[in-house]
Amino acid sequence: MKRKWLMAFTALILTFSLALLGCNSDSKTGGKSGGKNGKGTKLEIFSWWTGAGEEDGLKAILADFKKKHPDINVVNAAVAGGAGTNAKAVLANRMQAGDPPSTFQVHGGAELNDGWVAAGKMEPLDDLYDKEGWRDKFPKDLIDLVSKDGKIYSVPVDIHRGNVIFYNKKIFEENGLQPPKTFDDFKAVADKLLKKGITPLALGDKEPWAATMVFEDILLGKLGPDDYRGLWTGKVGFDDPRVKDAAETFKSWIPYFNKDHSSRNWQDAAQLVGEGKAAMNIMGDWAKGYFTNDLKLKTNVDFGWTTTPNTSDDFMVITDTFGLPKGIDNPDQVKTFLSYLGSTEAQDIFNPLKGSIPARVDADPSKYDEYGKQTMEDFKTAHITPSLAHGSAAPEGFLTKVNNAMNIFVTQQNVDNFINTLVSASSDLK
Amino acid sequence: MTAKAFTRPLMYLILALLSILFLIPVYVVIVTSLKPLDEVTLAKMWALPTHIDFSSYAEAFSKLAPNFWNSVYLVIPATILSAFLGSLNGYVLSKWRFKGADWIFTAVLFGMFIPYQSILIPLIRFLSHIGLYNTIPGLILVHVVYGIPITTLMFRNFYASIPMEMIESAQIDGAGIFKIYRHIMIPLSLLGLVVVGIWQFTNIWNEFLFAVTITTTDQHPIMVALQNLSGSQIVQWNVQMAGAIIAALPTLLVYIFLGKFFVRGMLAGSVKG
Amino acid sequence: MTLQPETKTHPTIKPKTKKRLSKDRWLAFLFILPSIILIAIFVYGFIAWTGYVSLSNWNSLVPDLSFVGLKNYLFLFHDFRFQADLRNTLFFTILFILCVLILGLFLAVLLDRKIRGESVFRNIFLFPMALSFIVTGVVWQWILNPSTGVNLILHKLGLKPMWYTSVSVIPGVEWGKIQFGIPVAIIAVVIAAVWQMTGFSLAMYLAGLRAIPEELREAARIDGANEFQVFTKVIFPQLMPITVSVIIIMAHISLKIFDLIYAMTGPGANFVTDVPGVYMYETTFRGNFYGNGAAIAIIMLLFVAIFIVPYLISSRKGGES
Repeated sequence: MKRKWLMAFTALILTFSLALLGCNSDSKTGGKSGGKNGKGTKLEIFSWWTGAGEEDGLKAILADFKKKHPDINVVNAAVAGGAGTNAKAVLANRMQAGDPPSTFQVHGGAELNDGWVAAGKMEPLDDLYDKEGWRDKFPKDLIDLVSKDGKIYSVPVDIHRGNVIFYNKKIFEENGLQPPKTFDDFKAVADKLLKKGITPLALGDKEPWAATMVFEDILLGKLGPDDYRGLWTGKVGFDDPRVKDAAETFKSWIPYFNKDHSSRNWQDAAQLVGEGKAAMNIMGDWAKGYFTNDLKLKTNVDFGWTTTPNTSDDFMVITDTFGLPKGIDNPDQVKTFLSYLGSTEAQDIFNPLKGSIPARVDADPSKYDEYGKQTMEDFKTAHITPSLAHGSAAPEGFLTKVNNAMNIFVTQQNVDNFINTLVSASSDLK
Repeated sequence: MTAKAFTRPLMYLILALLSILFLIPVYVVIVTSLKPLDEVTLAKMWALPTHIDFSSYAEAFSKLAPNFWNSVYLVIPATILSAFLGSLNGYVLSKWRFKGADWIFTAVLFGMFIPYQSILIPLIRFLSHIGLYNTIPGLILVHVVYGIPITTLMFRNFYASIPMEMIESAQIDGAGIFKIYRHIMIPLSLLGLVVVGIWQFTNIWNEFLFAVTITTTDQHPIMVALQNLSGSQIVQWNVQMAGAIIAALPTLLVYIFLGKFFVRGMLAGSVKG
Repeated sequence: MTLQPETKTHPTIKPKTKKRLSKDRWLAFLFILPSIILIAIFVYGFIAWTGYVSLSNWNSLVPDLSFVGLKNYLFLFHDFRFQADLRNTLFFTILFILCVLILGLFLAVLLDRKIRGESVFRNIFLFPMALSFIVTGVVWQWILNPSTGVNLILHKLGLKPMWYTSVSVIPGVEWGKIQFGIPVAIIAVVIAAVWQMTGFSLAMYLAGLRAIPEELREAARIDGANEFQVFTKVIFPQLMPITVSVIIIMAHISLKIFDLIYAMTGPGANFVTDVPGVYMYETTFRGNFYGNGAAIAIIMLLFVAIFIVPYLISSRKGGES
């Protein structure tokens, strides 16, 4: 008797509070991404494209897609926050909870393959590639980057290059400097600038991946594309003397950085170059979008670019791709969207706005600026190598360890410690 | 006597100096937020604006408005629900004590001090499971649950001051537990409700860890949006400072108008019960 | 959980009322049952769950709950970042509590002296309590930024503190993998935290001072004690319980601090301003090291429990007597 009472009362209180919460969910949030209810009716595009150019690009393709498919309810579910780290955390929670977004942004390479594909969360897209005839529309190296065990898992939308030095043209002209091609050039240029009292290399490693990017470019320059790739497959060890040489080189560059690098993020560092307070900045070419969109600088007038030392024939690639998660209600709508994303039409709307180049080789170069045109040419011929700092080369776990080690290395400048950490972390790699 | 004549001005001097130090951030925030963009330069940081310009407020508000409303939708139901639960618990634990009630109370209180990191991983999975991850109702649930210890403590201490004789004479008159609660406790709870309400309102409005881990962009409460707005030199500082003021305004207003109750809640949450 | 309603009732209660009373006692328990269940699940159940995760191999995107013993904990104690976190937390907690206690007590004593405009002064020191750590972090980040803020004034005096961008650790003795000592950068965070929390100790001490009967002071003065002695011999001992409460409340805030540091500095170069709360957040939700993150969370919980459990037990006893 008593027990029944107790149960009834508890049940009452619980239903009451849940009902209250339920009401709130309907009236206040309008069911916006409100859990599982009504998910089937919408196509949720999950990304971290919230910055200036990229947000414009995303909105433009979404608008174009809506015009073509007015019956599909497209929802832009972009999550803000440094280089996608926030978005990735959210994605991980949702995937683990069995509530994946309809499709989501993921870097090609390890982030896709060792992450979601290995976890068995993605559907292969080979049939889509065959249907659209895409197999020869993307470079083979790139398709390999989004494939695991012979199956293709995502559609690349854009290409960014990671091994770029942006430099302030005025500073270079005033000091009679040429953009450096080799490590020796770089040292000569930087030393000269340092003597003049100009910060040679702007860095903003408040989020340590920015320093990791500089290091991976040095690694690529020292090892060459094949052995750089070998680092991630285990063919080349991190105890290789050339890796140590790369670390030594990084260490020798530390005096070239702006002193407050640890309190700046990458945009703040790029801004130093834009404002003429520093001469060079090593960053992915999204920095170009930042220069032109946010700082209103002119390409090849206010700032110039070159590749990082010894990597002119290489292309450190960062590619944003979208795939088809398992367990969603509307795979057909997603495939419709993915076909659109893979079209030259969509890629030529999106990429000029974002400041990236299309992943397809048959896109229309006339839509791109001077930098874009040249990079599109380079992309066709260069050796494509995966970026570590952006999760393409190695799993997130390894990257986290490298970023932590980087944060320590930049301050302590202890090469042996750094190499030891890399070697022990690399035991996680297959 | 002469010592006293000397020490009193000295006391005022010290207080004035410390007040100035404490108000420096306020000065900087207000001055910066009222500056037009071209005056927000390093060299002029400490100077007063040449003319007052509210454009940074407009910009900050346009960026923060959705999140501001998220916070409002979060904080109101969460405060009401947790005050209600706290009042029920406080009533029982102060007036209807049963054996073991003290142990239960202590065990509940512990929940107030835990680092929430230690429940975060299961919490997120649980919320995802019941479909409340990344929703305001999910955050409401979290704040109600983790608000139970503090609201219970506050109401228990508050009701302790209501004399037991009142309850007992009501019982003699035949009033039961519900009747006593409805007709004696609730009418006497107003002060307690205000104190608890203000405390929960302030805490939930200001909370960050749950907000940043349980919700994403669209659902973010204002503190997360403010944090995302800041920390970079790209977003102009006047906008960031205006954003900080907008985010702080509700709790500041509560403090200005109801400060006495706020301080009472602050003390109630810590003084031994 | 056994339910044994207390049997002692009012002597004059009629038998009928007595019966209803025993029913009411059941209802009373039912009233708080939902809260007890919620706390049992959301606090104790989830802590146990986190404890289990901390002993598991779940250090990737995909949950892997196979048991690995103390591996995650061993990893942490050999980890540079976690060692630095422990150092930072230790010195942050000490400096923060000391400053809050001293400044709060000092201000309370001043304000207790029948100061004109007392409420104005009191509100100036108290209002930051109503702010969020995020707001505090955002504002102080700017004020203490070495190239902006207060340094513009200090430069004129020839001072150029690096504030939270400093990487020095004083004295910097080698200990484990890290340099042991006070990280200079943490001082900037302490300043911001003290600015925000001093109001708490001020309010506590002020309430305590006001509760001390004037006769006590008078008696001491009549015995020939000067004002300083009155304070040290009479007033301060009376304030001891308050001091203990403030220390414990501040310690638990400081041990689990996250938002202030996250908003103001982040982990910092060489992890000079990193704390377990930030590490847990980043390693779990960004690096997908759930096992490591859970282990950090459990260690944080243990630290807090060391302070809180004795406090709770003693105040339970105090409440009963």
